[in-house]
Amino acid sequence: MALNRDYIGRSFPPSEPYEVSRVKIADFADAIGDPSPLCRDRAAAQASGYPDVIAPPTFAIVITMANSSYAIMDQGLGLDYSMVVHGEQRFEHTRPLHAGDVVVAQSTITDIRDVGRNVMLTTRTEIKTTGGEQVCTALSALVERGGAG
Amino acid sequence: MAATVNYADVQPGAELAAKSYPVTRLDLVKYAGASGDFNVIHWNERIARSVGLPDVIAHGMFTMAQAGRFASEWAGDPGAIVEFGVRFSSLVVVPDDDKGTTIEVSGTVEEKLDGNKVVLALVARSGGSKVLTRARAVVVLP
Repeated sequence: MALNRDYIGRSFPPSEPYEVSRVKIADFADAIGDPSPLCRDRAAAQASGYPDVIAPPTFAIVITMANSSYAIMDQGLGLDYSMVVHGEQRFEHTRPLHAGDVVVAQSTITDIRDVGRNVMLTTRTEIKTTGGEQVCTALSALVERGGAG
Repeated sequence: MAATVNYADVQPGAELAAKSYPVTRLDLVKYAGASGDFNVIHWNERIARSVGLPDVIAHGMFTMAQAGRFASEWAGDPGAIVEFGVRFSSLVVVPDDDKGTTIEVSGTVEEKLDGNKVVLALVARSGGSKVLTRARAVVVLP
């Protein structure tokens, strides 16, 4: 089924506030094999000038996906998630996420276009603290294999 | 900034020692749990094959995280990576055995920018293919 082009430009409601925790950062660092003490040891992170343990650079995807999944799972969009692979990803960090941050993510579908037999869906997600401080911009391109048309 | 590499010591064109990171099905299960990405193609071989994939494949974000870890280990500080972008160019196929596969990451200092930033050009390979292309990390150094 072709994706609904009417969704281009659509923004989704901001996520519920997400509290970044030390345990979640350590779990994520373990899962990707990043050995940095700055992701686990508060004293080490503070000695490096951070308020608390910091997240690895791709951790923001956890927060991004929690919001962009509203878009991806929206029945009206018509995406077959089992046919989806990740095409491109980019993060622009104003500063690292750290334990204790409370952030909200807001996603916008920036484009839907056919690429050969596939269709590419691009999203932009802004991650800000609940106080409005910009932390990260995440740009994603998802590819639905065989979804062109 | 806790980066352990100094901006003044970095030369454009310098190559970063390549590293090889193993990937097993267990790593994908752990990554699914830690990231919240439970797409079945990353853990269910039956469904992966039914949608035309050769086998279970790694999350693209797992592969990107390996390149991020490489840059972070080089800099000595995961927080030093201020921009990070990749294109996923090929699948990382992870067979159901104890060995799994490997992701090999290498990199070059592509450019020095103002503001103590350097651009790393990264390459990740698995199963004989480049699995990341156009992979760039901008790292802030002391």
